Amino acid sequence: MISDPLNLIITGVGGQGNVLASQILGKALVKSGYLITVGETYGLSQRGGAVLSHIRISKKEKLGPLMPKGLAHIVAGLEPVETLRILPEYGNPNVIVITNSRPVHPLGVIAGELEYPDLDVLKKSIQDLSSKLYWIEATSIAMELGNPIMANIVMLGAIIGTKILPVSSDDILQEIKENFPQNKWEVNEKAFIHGFNLIL
Amino acid sequence: MKPIVLNQPDTSYLVIGNEAIARGAIEAGVDFCAAYPGNPSSEIMETLASVSKDLNFYAEWSVNEKVALEAATAASFAGLRAITSMKQNGVNVVSDFLTNLTLSGTKGGLVLVTCDDPGGISSTNEEDARPFSKLAEVPMLEPSNPQEALDMTTFAFDLSEEIGSLCIMRSTSRISHSRGNVVFSPLPERKRIPSIDPSNLRNTFPVALKHQTVIEKLETAKKIFETSKFNSYTGSENPELLIITCGTGYLYSREAINLLGLWDKIGLLKLGTTWPLPENLINVNLTKSNNILIVEEVQPFLEDNIKSIYAQNAINLGLKSFFGKSSGHIPKIGELNPDILLNAISKILNIKYQFQDKEYSDKAKNTASNLTPPRELGFCPGCPHRASFFNIKNALKFDARNGFVSGDIGCYTMAIWPTGFKQVNSVHAMGSGVGLASGYGKLHELGFNQPIISVVGDSTFFHAGLPPLINAVYNKSNFLLIVLDNSATAMTGFQPHPGTGINAKGEPTNKINIEDVCNAVGAKVEIVDPFDIDNASKSIYRLLQNENGVRVIIMRRKCALVQRKEGGFPYKVEIDSDKCIGEECGCNRYCTRVFRCPGLIWDKVSGKTKIDTVICVGCGVCAKICPKNAIILKEVKRND
Ligand code: SF4
Ligand code: SF4
Repeated sequence: MISDPLNLIITGVGGQGNVLASQILGKALVKSGYLITVGETYGLSQRGGAVLSHIRISKKEKLGPLMPKGLAHIVAGLEPVETLRILPEYGNPNVIVITNSRPVHPLGVIAGELEYPDLDVLKKSIQDLSSKLYWIEATSIAMELGNPIMANIVMLGAIIGTKILPVSSDDILQEIKENFPQNKWEVNEKAFIHGFNLIL
Repeated sequence: MKPIVLNQPDTSYLVIGNEAIARGAIEAGVDFCAAYPGNPSSEIMETLASVSKDLNFYAEWSVNEKVALEAATAASFAGLRAITSMKQNGVNVVSDFLTNLTLSGTKGGLVLVTCDDPGGISSTNEEDARPFSKLAEVPMLEPSNPQEALDMTTFAFDLSEEIGSLCIMRSTSRISHSRGNVVFSPLPERKRIPSIDPSNLRNTFPVALKHQTVIEKLETAKKIFETSKFNSYTGSENPELLIITCGTGYLYSREAINLLGLWDKIGLLKLGTTWPLPENLINVNLTKSNNILIVEEVQPFLEDNIKSIYAQNAINLGLKSFFGKSSGHIPKIGELNPDILLNAISKILNIKYQFQDKEYSDKAKNTASNLTPPRELGFCPGCPHRASFFNIKNALKFDARNGFVSGDIGCYTMAIWPTGFKQVNSVHAMGSGVGLASGYGKLHELGFNQPIISVVGDSTFFHAGLPPLINAVYNKSNFLLIVLDNSATAMTGFQPHPGTGINAKGEPTNKINIEDVCNAVGAKVEIVDPFDIDNASKSIYRLLQNENGVRVIIMRRKCALVQRKEGGFPYKVEIDSDKCIGEECGCNRYCTRVFRCPGLIWDKVSGKTKIDTVICVGCGVCAKICPKNAIILKEVKRND
């Protein structure tokens, strides 16, 4: 591991499957012998609000469910504005960012009271704030595979593709097998591999 | 099978705090579980209910927390082990019974888990339920991670049986909803046979004598707590600063001390047993340092009680400085986090630190402040409540007498925001919307002339809506009660309630119809479908005009998330871009500006509405509200 603890954030909007992604990842890491803490902010936020998971990985000790400011190693976002929203608090010049490029419009934007930023501007801004940015069409890939909800698994593939986390893609594929019903795991396996290959 | 029921000790699993609590109860050989759902506590009972058939114990969703504790107590009186769980607000509901139960005592182990919500992440308040343990004079435990939550739960059953008193365990959102490595212990084989000895009276009399017994029980608990493994000391033996903490504060303190590299200057006393406090242990540790920082979430419960222990022994301990909430080093509101600890410690010890790159975060703040529109909470696409409040809004507008809505607790609480057109004007505790309406409805006799609507969800109706409804009918109050019946306790994760005809284990049971109950108490009832926009708003309008006692409309339509699980909605939705002429059509973008379903997108470039095909569920309601009929529905068979 590049650091102990290793800190990862997965962010997104309620309903995008953020919690499932962090759960699969966490379970695989536990099986690989790590001490894992996943702090999840959800509840009311299931209704279209932002959802945030802090994933903390260590060999040495059990950590708190919230990481200190500015110390994220990877920020993975299922929605681009939510990705940017995290950076002032938890980002740093070395942070690696992976984000799904597809917007989910906030209600204020739908109503015309607020503006959703131009995607190119958004992309450039996130790029400026990260040591490396992977801008991924995870939702489109998931839709091609049959269901936009699998964007979370595409993203999970990309996170593992960075090779920063101490867990192999085989370990995650095993977890995917265990966490999805049989009729769903094959397509989720595809989604994962697709995401993984995007980073190579 | 769920890992939670596996008899596989010594393997590390990743589970959330609430599952760990459930596993703790199972390892303790729990026989009886009863709870009312409420975030962040719901997964405890959900987990228990889901395995109750396999493991052969009883589990129920009760109509409210007080009834849940009463049912669990009956099991305890019969010698069984019983657990109840609830969110902080639920402890208010049980408090009347709780403060009596303390006096009568318990037999089989009885544990109450309260899951508090510092910061009010999914609650209407951030109440600290810990003072209830002091108020009711029962022991309390506070875990700091999922493993400890498991271990404390099993211990709480043993302690409860040892002293004959209910035990409280206080979790918080960050513990209940954080996942961590948890190692299980073997499952017990013991099976208890319930029996009641009628000659053993279970009551509170004679009150003063029983109170004396309670105090003795607490003394016993205190002795046990003095050497409990849940309390620990780490760090320097002669620290410049002693931190005393519990719960999440422990891990955040450790992290801050690690980052600052200050283990040689700081001592960390972690308390897992927080009522009654282990006085000797605290006194011994107070001798170690003259600077004491007390770290905890919400109220200064430890802080006040430790200061009181100090005062009792000050003559031996000498002068000390206390830091915490009173001194302003720890905020009085919201959750803790590691940065609060970093700040507090560095201020007290007068050291400088910087872990966050300031230049970076300033730059990021600047960029983000322009490019990150806030994301407000809203009803899901296809939610029946959006349609219900749309109907309420239109009816109230048409009525034009400045009517208002007395609201309640559930997804529909969000109607205080634009998602429900800001139609809910007040929200307090479960059932209080109806209770307030019962009062408002009597003000007409005193010269009040605004129409009154109260909204209550189906689960809340059973929880605490019934007594105020009966009160209103009996006292001839005058208002329109709208039961927003989405056939689920949706906010907390779709737990069944008496109106659903299914029990906690998923088996069919006696269904209690809300309309039958209303009729039986003498309130007239109509049932409408909120998606039937025209008809529903007309019914509301008509019953607003007809001011005669308590009128009830049940707006019945399944929660969108349930509907999706059951095969989905019937339509594929498209915009006829010839018909949609946005701002120019005279509707002023009615669908996106007013109706605001997240499944719609306003496309600035074309000046027309679009459907967000990732988000739209195909409920079809927006088609009914578009004045130009530009939203086209195509029927589809959905079963994904
Ligand atoms: S969970 Fe159900 S009731 Fe709650 S907002 Fe979503 S659709 Fe509406
Ligand atoms: S059909 Fe219309 S109202 Fe229903 S979810 Fe789709 S966009 Fe929203």
